[in-house]
Amino acid sequence: MTQVNRLKQGGRIDRSRPLKFVFNGQQYAGYGGDTLASALLANGVDIVNRSFKYSRPRGIVAAGAEEPNAVVQLGATEAAQVPNVRATQQALYQGLTARSTNGWPNVQRDLMGMVGKLSGTFMPPGFYYKTFMAPASLWMTYEKYIRKSAGLGRSPAEPDPDSYEHINQHCDVLIIGAGPAGLTAAVTAARNGARVIFCDEQEEMGGSLLDSRELIDDMPAAQWVDRILDELSSLSNVTLLPRTTANGYHDHNFVTLHERRTEHLGDSAPTGGRRQARARLHRVRASQVVLAAGAHERPLVYANNDVPGNLLAGAVSTYIRRYGVMPGQKLVLSVTNDHAYRTALDWQEAGCEVVAIADARANPKGELVEKAQSLGIRIIAQSAVIEAKGSNRVSAACVAKIDADSFSVVGRVEELACDTIASSGGYSPVIHLSSHTGTRPLWRDDILGFVPGEVKGLTATGGVRGVYPLHEVIRDAADAGVRATLAAGVKTHAEATTLPQVAARQDGEACALYQVPHRKPSMRAPKQFVDLQNDVTAAGIELATREGFESIEHIKRYTAMGFGTDQGKLGNINGMAIAARCLKRTIPEVGTTVFRPNYTPVTFGAIAGRHCRDLFDPERYTALHQWHVEQGAEFEDVGQWKRPWYFPRTVNGKKETMHEAVSRECLAVREHIGILDASTLGKIDIQGPDAREFLGRVYTNKWAKLDVGRVRYGLMCKDDGMLMDDGTTSCLGENHFLMTTTTGGAAGVMEWMELWHQTEWPELDVYFTSVTDHWATMTVTGPDARKLLAEITDIDLDKDQFKFMDWREGTVAGVPARVFRISFTGELSYEINVQANYAMHVWKTLFEHGEKYELTPYGTETMHVLRAEKGLIIVGQDTDGSVTPEDLGMQWAIGYDKPFTWIGKRALSRPDTRRADRKQFVGLKPKDAKVVLEEGAQIVLDPNQSIPMAMVGHVTSSYYSPTLGHGFALAVVKGGHQRMGETVYLPMVDGTVYEAEIVSPVFVDPKGERQHV
Amino acid sequence: MFHIYCPYCEEHREEEEFHPKGQAHIQRPVDPEACSDEAWGDYLFFRDNPRGIHHELWVHAVGCRKFFNITRHTVSYEILETYKMGEKPSITAADLSEKDKQAGVQAASGGWQTVGARPESEALNKEARA
Ligand SMILES: [Zn+2]
Repeated sequence: MTQVNRLKQGGRIDRSRPLKFVFNGQQYAGYGGDTLASALLANGVDIVNRSFKYSRPRGIVAAGAEEPNAVVQLGATEAAQVPNVRATQQALYQGLTARSTNGWPNVQRDLMGMVGKLSGTFMPPGFYYKTFMAPASLWMTYEKYIRKSAGLGRSPAEPDPDSYEHINQHCDVLIIGAGPAGLTAAVTAARNGARVIFCDEQEEMGGSLLDSRELIDDMPAAQWVDRILDELSSLSNVTLLPRTTANGYHDHNFVTLHERRTEHLGDSAPTGGRRQARARLHRVRASQVVLAAGAHERPLVYANNDVPGNLLAGAVSTYIRRYGVMPGQKLVLSVTNDHAYRTALDWQEAGCEVVAIADARANPKGELVEKAQSLGIRIIAQSAVIEAKGSNRVSAACVAKIDADSFSVVGRVEELACDTIASSGGYSPVIHLSSHTGTRPLWRDDILGFVPGEVKGLTATGGVRGVYPLHEVIRDAADAGVRATLAAGVKTHAEATTLPQVAARQDGEACALYQVPHRKPSMRAPKQFVDLQNDVTAAGIELATREGFESIEHIKRYTAMGFGTDQGKLGNINGMAIAARCLKRTIPEVGTTVFRPNYTPVTFGAIAGRHCRDLFDPERYTALHQWHVEQGAEFEDVGQWKRPWYFPRTVNGKKETMHEAVSRECLAVREHIGILDASTLGKIDIQGPDAREFLGRVYTNKWAKLDVGRVRYGLMCKDDGMLMDDGTTSCLGENHFLMTTTTGGAAGVMEWMELWHQTEWPELDVYFTSVTDHWATMTVTGPDARKLLAEITDIDLDKDQFKFMDWREGTVAGVPARVFRISFTGELSYEINVQANYAMHVWKTLFEHGEKYELTPYGTETMHVLRAEKGLIIVGQDTDGSVTPEDLGMQWAIGYDKPFTWIGKRALSRPDTRRADRKQFVGLKPKDAKVVLEEGAQIVLDPNQSIPMAMVGHVTSSYYSPTLGHGFALAVVKGGHQRMGETVYLPMVDGTVYEAEIVSPVFVDPKGERQHV
Repeated sequence: MFHIYCPYCEEHREEEEFHPKGQAHIQRPVDPEACSDEAWGDYLFFRDNPRGIHHELWVHAVGCRKFFNITRHTVSYEILETYKMGEKPSITAADLSEKDKQAGVQAASGGWQTVGARPESEALNKEARA
C-alpha cells in the first residue's frame, strides 16, 4: 500500500488526511484532495481499463473531463452503483470502491484481446455501419458480445437511496469555468454590481492556475486564486458553484448546471440529520453568459500512442504540481508548441529525468525553450515521437526527424529508453457548450483550432476563443466581464478594475501537427489511435475516406469516432485533420461535428430530481377520494385523475376478481341502483350574449332552440371534420350554459374554444371558465334511482315534470344542487352536482338512504361496459382522430342546415369524407358467446387469404356483458353500416380465428325506453 | 427552452407556460361553402416550413390564456418579436438582411449540421493574418 509515485512534498493534497480506497478489488491509499486518477497514479497503477474493441491495456491519459480511458464503475454497494465515472473527475473519499468498466473479465488479463486477435475482423472500421445496414440478424449475433465487452458500466439493480433537486435560477451574468479567464470575468462583473452565478466543474476553482508556474501580482497563481475566491464569496451578489458542470446550453441563454454536492464525501449523501440532496440541477436563465471553458490539450497521434505511460503533457504537469504525483521516472516529450515545455521543467524540478524533447518545429525559440536549454535538456528539433514501445507500459520512444508537408519520416529513427511519453499537439478550445446552441464554430488558422461562433447573449473569453498567454487572458476576460455586465443592463460605471500584473511571456509560434508520420503507411504501421475510447485509429479514418465517406458526419458514423461518453473531446480535431489530409482538403472544409448536450454524462437522478415516484406527475383526486380508498376500490389513471376502477367486495373471506366485481356492479345498475363518482368530467361554464351562437359554431348540432332547463348532447369536430370531443351542454339561463367534456379532454376543449374565440370570432361576446373542480358529480342510475333521490331532495321528480334531458335546481341532502337527467348507462339516471366541499356529505346521505335499495358503488370499468352495451362511444377509445360523426352513424347530431358553417362542416363534404368504404362504427357479436374479442384486434372479410391479409377494420371496445350473458364488441369496419348481418373474421396471433356478426352497436334496450321511465 | 415575452402580461415567462399552436395568420375562409375542395384542403393541411423567419401562433396557456403571435427565426431560434392578435408583424422575411440571404437563410440548403468553409471563417482568418 505504498504510494510509490507520490512526491515527498508539494501538490495541493492534504497529507494529514490519508484515505483508503479499493480499485478492482485491491486496497490502495491516497490523500484528501486526490482524484481517483491521481491516487491510482500515485500507487503506480498503470492499467485502468481494457479498450473497447481491441481489448488493449489502457492507462490514464488526461487529468480532467477529456479523459477517455479511466472510466470506472463506482460504488461499494449495489444501490450505490454509478456507471461511467471518469476517475479524473472523481474526488477520492474514504472507502471509495471502483471497478474498471471495460475489464471483462479482468483488466490485467487479455481475454477479449484473444477474440479480437483470433478474428481480426471482429470489429473492423465501419462495423456499426455495416452491422446496422445488414439484415437485423447480424445485429442479434453481435449484440451480446458488444454489450458484454463494451458496456461502459451498468445501472444499479436496487433503488437509489439519495434524493436530487432542481432549482430554477436567474442571474445577470452566468460565468462558466473558473480558470484565469472565468475568475477575472467573475470578479469584474461582481464588482460592477451584476448578479453573478459562477460555476466550475472541478473539485476546486482555479482551473489551469492550480498547476501554473506563473506569478500573478508577484504571488504564485494559486494564491491569487484564493484571494479572488475570498472576495467573491464575501459578495452577496455572487453565487459560487464549484463541482458544478454546465452541461447544456439551450435556447435563449437557458443553461443547465449539474452540481454534485456530496459525491466527494461518499457513496451516498451523508445521513446526519436531514439527508441532503446528492446532486442539484440548476436551471439557469441568464441574461448574459460568459463562456470561459478554456481549452483541451490535443495529443499527437503516433504509433502505439495508447500504451499506458502515454499522457498529455499538461496532464503530467497537473499530476506533478497539483497532486504531488510523478507519473513515471524517465520522460520523452513530443511537442508542437512552447507552452508544453513547462512539463519538462516540472518533471526535472521534481527530480526525475527528461530524456529529450522532440519538437516538431524546425527552429524552436521562446522563453520556455531557452529555459529548458539552460537546464541542459536535450531538444531534438523538427522531430516527433513516431512510435511508442512497450506493451503494458511504455519502455521506449522512437523519435525521428519528420517532414509534415510531405507527411514522411525524413531522418533515422532513434530509440530512447523511457517510461513516459507526454505529447502536446496544441490546444482545442472547449467549444462544446456554444455548439449546443446550433451556432457553427469557426476555424482559425492562427491558433489551429475552432472557436465558438456567434451566440446572442454569449461572450467567450480566454482559452475558449484561442487567447492563451496569461496576461492576454486576463485583459480579455476583464473586458468580457464589463461587456457582459453592461449587456445585462446592470447600471454600473463599468470601471475597468485594475488588472492584476502578469509578466508577458514571449512564446515562439506553434506548428500544425496532428497525426505523426511513420516509416510505414498508416494502414501498415502499428495502430495510431485517434479516439481512444472507441478504438478509432488513423488507419480507420483513412479507410473510411477511401470507401467514399467524405463528410465528417459520415466518417464519424462509419468509424464511431466521437461516439463514446467522452464525445471525442481529445480525438475529434485530430480525426478531422487526418480526414482532411486524406481528402486533400483543409480542416474547415472537412468540417466539425456538432456537439450536443450533455457535455459530460449526467446521472438520471439529477435529471429526474424530485419528479419521481409519487411526484412523477401530479395526481388529481375527487372530493370523494377518501371514501373510495376506505371502500377498498381499485383505481385507474384517467389523465391525471385517480378514478375508482371497480369496488371488489370480500365475500366469505375471498376478494372478488375484477370480472366478478364488474358483473355484480353491472347487474346492480340494470336491476336496481348503482352510483358513480363522475366528478372528473370536464365542466366549462359559458356565459355571454353570444354564448348560444358560439355553441352553434363549435358543436355539430343545433343549439338555437335549447330552452332553459334543457340539456343536449353535442359533438365537437376539428375543422377537418373529425370528432375531437363529445359531451352534454345544459342551458342554465338565456346567456348561460354549462358544458361537460370528456375527463381527459377538458383542458384541450377549453383551449380549443379560446382559440376560436380569440383568433376567429373575437366579435362574439362570450366567456369561458373552467369549473371542473368546483362541482362534484354523483350519478345515481338504475330503476330505483327516482325512489332514492326523492327521499332527499325538494326537486319535483315527476316523470312528466322532470323529463329525460332536463335539469333542475334545488337541494339534495339539504345543500344546493343541480340535478341533470342524463344517462350514460341507458337506465333512469340523475347526475347530482353539488359544490365539491359538500360532496362527501351528500354521498354519505345517499348511502344512508340507499341501503334498502342495495345502492351499489361502481367504477369506470362497469361504466364502460354499461355504456358500450348502449353503443355509446368514448372519444379516444372508439374514435382516433380519423372518425367523422357520420362514420359513427350519428347523422342525427349533425345540423347540416344551420346558417353558420360550423367547425368541421365543410370538411364533411370533401371526397375523402364521403367515401363509401370509410371505416364505420358497428357492433360485433362473437359467434361463440363465451368469446370476448381483443380490443385492437384486426378484422378481415376472408379468413383464408394469404398474408398480408386485407384488413377492413378493428375492435375498439370489447367486454363481457353480464346482462346479455355473452361477449360483445364495438368496432370500426369499412363500409360497416351496409354490412349488417355479415360475418367477419378476427385472426389472432396464436392462429385462432374468431368469427363475429356485424350488428347494431346498441345491444341493450335498442329502443331506449329505460332511460325515459 | 424558450424565454417568451407575453404581449398581454408584458413579461418574459418560461416556455413551460405556453403552448405552440402552429403557423400564425392562417385565416379560415370567410365562406367555407364557396371554397373548392382544394382550397379547403390547403387551409386545413398545408403549412409553411421556412428556414428563417416564421410567424407562429402561441397561447399563454397557464398564464393569461391569451393567444398571440411570435416572429421566430427557425435557424437561430431567436424570438424577434411577439405581438397581439390582430396585429401585423413588424419583421418579415422581406426584412432579412442581404447578409442573411447570402448565407442561405430562407433557402432550403440543408446540411447545416456540417460546418463547411464559411465566409465568416475566411474573413476571420484574413483578419488574423493581417
Ligand atoms: Zn400572458
